[in-house]
Amino acid sequence: MLSDKDRIFTNLYGIHDWRLAGARARGDWDGTADILARGRDAIIEEVKASGLRGRGGAGFPTGLKWSFMPKASDGRPSYLVVNADESEPGTCKDRDIIRHDPHKLVEGCLIASFAMGAHQAFIYIRGEYYNEYLHLQAAVDEAREAGLIGPDACGSGWAFDITIHRGGGAYICGEESALLESLEGKKGLPRMKPPFPAAMGVYGCPTTVNNVESISCVSTILRRGAGWFSALGRPKNSGTKLYCISGHVNKPCTVEDELGLPLRDLIERHAGGVRGGWDNLLAVIPGGSSVPMIPKSVCDNVLMDFDSLREAGSSLGTAAVIVMDKSTDLIRAIARISAFYKHESCGQCTPCREGTGWLMRMMNRMSEGRAEFAEIDLMEQITKQLEGHTICMLADAAAWPIQGLLRHFRPVVEQRIADYKARTAPKIAAE
Amino acid sequence: MNDMTTETFSFDDVSEAKIPGIIAKYPAGRQASAVMPLLDLVQRQMARLTDHAWVPRAAMDVVADRLAMPRMRVYEVATFYTMFHLKPVQKFHLQVCTTTPCWLRGSDAVLDACRHAVATHGDMFSMEELECVGACVNAPVLVINDDYYEDLDGARTEALLEAFRRGDAPKPGSTIGRQNSAPEGGRTTLFADVTKHDTGADS
Repeated sequence: MLSDKDRIFTNLYGIHDWRLAGARARGDWDGTADILARGRDAIIEEVKASGLRGRGGAGFPTGLKWSFMPKASDGRPSYLVVNADESEPGTCKDRDIIRHDPHKLVEGCLIASFAMGAHQAFIYIRGEYYNEYLHLQAAVDEAREAGLIGPDACGSGWAFDITIHRGGGAYICGEESALLESLEGKKGLPRMKPPFPAAMGVYGCPTTVNNVESISCVSTILRRGAGWFSALGRPKNSGTKLYCISGHVNKPCTVEDELGLPLRDLIERHAGGVRGGWDNLLAVIPGGSSVPMIPKSVCDNVLMDFDSLREAGSSLGTAAVIVMDKSTDLIRAIARISAFYKHESCGQCTPCREGTGWLMRMMNRMSEGRAEFAEIDLMEQITKQLEGHTICMLADAAAWPIQGLLRHFRPVVEQRIADYKARTAPKIAAE
Repeated sequence: MNDMTTETFSFDDVSEAKIPGIIAKYPAGRQASAVMPLLDLVQRQMARLTDHAWVPRAAMDVVADRLAMPRMRVYEVATFYTMFHLKPVQKFHLQVCTTTPCWLRGSDAVLDACRHAVATHGDMFSMEELECVGACVNAPVLVINDDYYEDLDGARTEALLEAFRRGDAPKPGSTIGRQNSAPEGGRTTLFADVTKHDTGADS
């Protein structure tokens, strides 16, 4: 088990002072100037060597992403944009970083921006996180007053500042190019790629978009060394991770532990176990609502990391573990997720705009059983027509939960339809 | 200004004082980035002066002129983002999260309690169902104006809304006394003295 001395987020629950003095006592902003003095390339190499993979869902290597930024400016400024638009159902980890450890994020922004040649970072925080925004703004203001950021950040000679931008309640703005559009003052419609943000991001300038947790890990990694971080977790899945365990567990919580921890250990050690005991488990959505669910038989042994969950036909996503016990109406649970994607589709691409509505309506009928057996295949076919046919991944995210349901629990859907038919058929015959 | 069907809008002194700082947060010539903050400022001013948070169309025009943007672009933004209310909401706007993690833990009961409050005290409460508000380990969650109320059930929601009705200001956060997102009854990690952070290490 991960020991407390290897935890990065030492004020996860807000037990201690989140302000600058408290953050400094926990080791933040300690020798930041020395870290910057190592130079851009050394910082990027260290982050690469640590094996840190993006914590926002895709798991792309963070150091590698940074290396895509231009080494010399062609006259355009470079920007770091931090994605704090945490909206993936099940996920609430960045909220705890922002409200209880905001200086980890602020310091990480400085280091990452310096490594990418950026003098300005934007943090795009979801609009509903208003109180969290107040903490973050206070942390930025404190850091500026203390000279940690500003015209001569930490005495390094590097000018750096942070702008916090509040979103307006649109899930799609968690998609990086939609986020950039929104930051520019437009509707959050995802952009065609290429060009990728590193070539043309916000205001047409080179931009890297990183998740809050990824950036907040960086200062600790640089202080303690890539070797420390990569020794935690499993090969190619290194380090610690914030897990959010919600749903039918005895004690839902957010907790930091190693990547590669068995799912069962995670739930039993930190979340008080499944309600009614492990054998009462039906299924788990292991990485936020977009990823396919896995049945108990898979949950028994699966490890919580990028590659293990991919092999199990799902994904680590944001490591938001949604637990469902045997009392759960799985069809209704997924129908609600289908309603979510219907609501959040930006409407730009036809397959998504129309398809998410079809799927929601079919899932609503399926949850009553008011459907034909042949429609199960039809619905699955529609999910395939969404997947991979749109500008961004929202359509895929709408498809996967239904595919996961049908892959593992198709008999439940069939039974619901059979029950409905049995209930209504005599009535129709009598009429 | 107190007319809810206002045909005109102007920023008051409190709002005006904030506008230059908001626009200065963005690079020169990129003032369109300030459109969401200014629409939010409108909504907060309406709440402050009339008790009803919303963005009248007249205010969208004022924002467009202020930022030298086509009015249509501001309408697009105001109608795209669900946090901008295009009609007045009541003093206490109840936003019930009903997405799967909250639903699994009983958001239906929270919803019922809110519906009852709106039905009986519609002059004080308005409501909407919200998509995931991002506090899933403290589900079910009810957002009232800017504040999150967490770990609810039907009875605690009723008590909470009754307290608002009485004019109290209930403390946001967990309604069962949890330490934020820590497991109920006691945390499983972070027992070490974190004030002595180990910065040495094996690098």
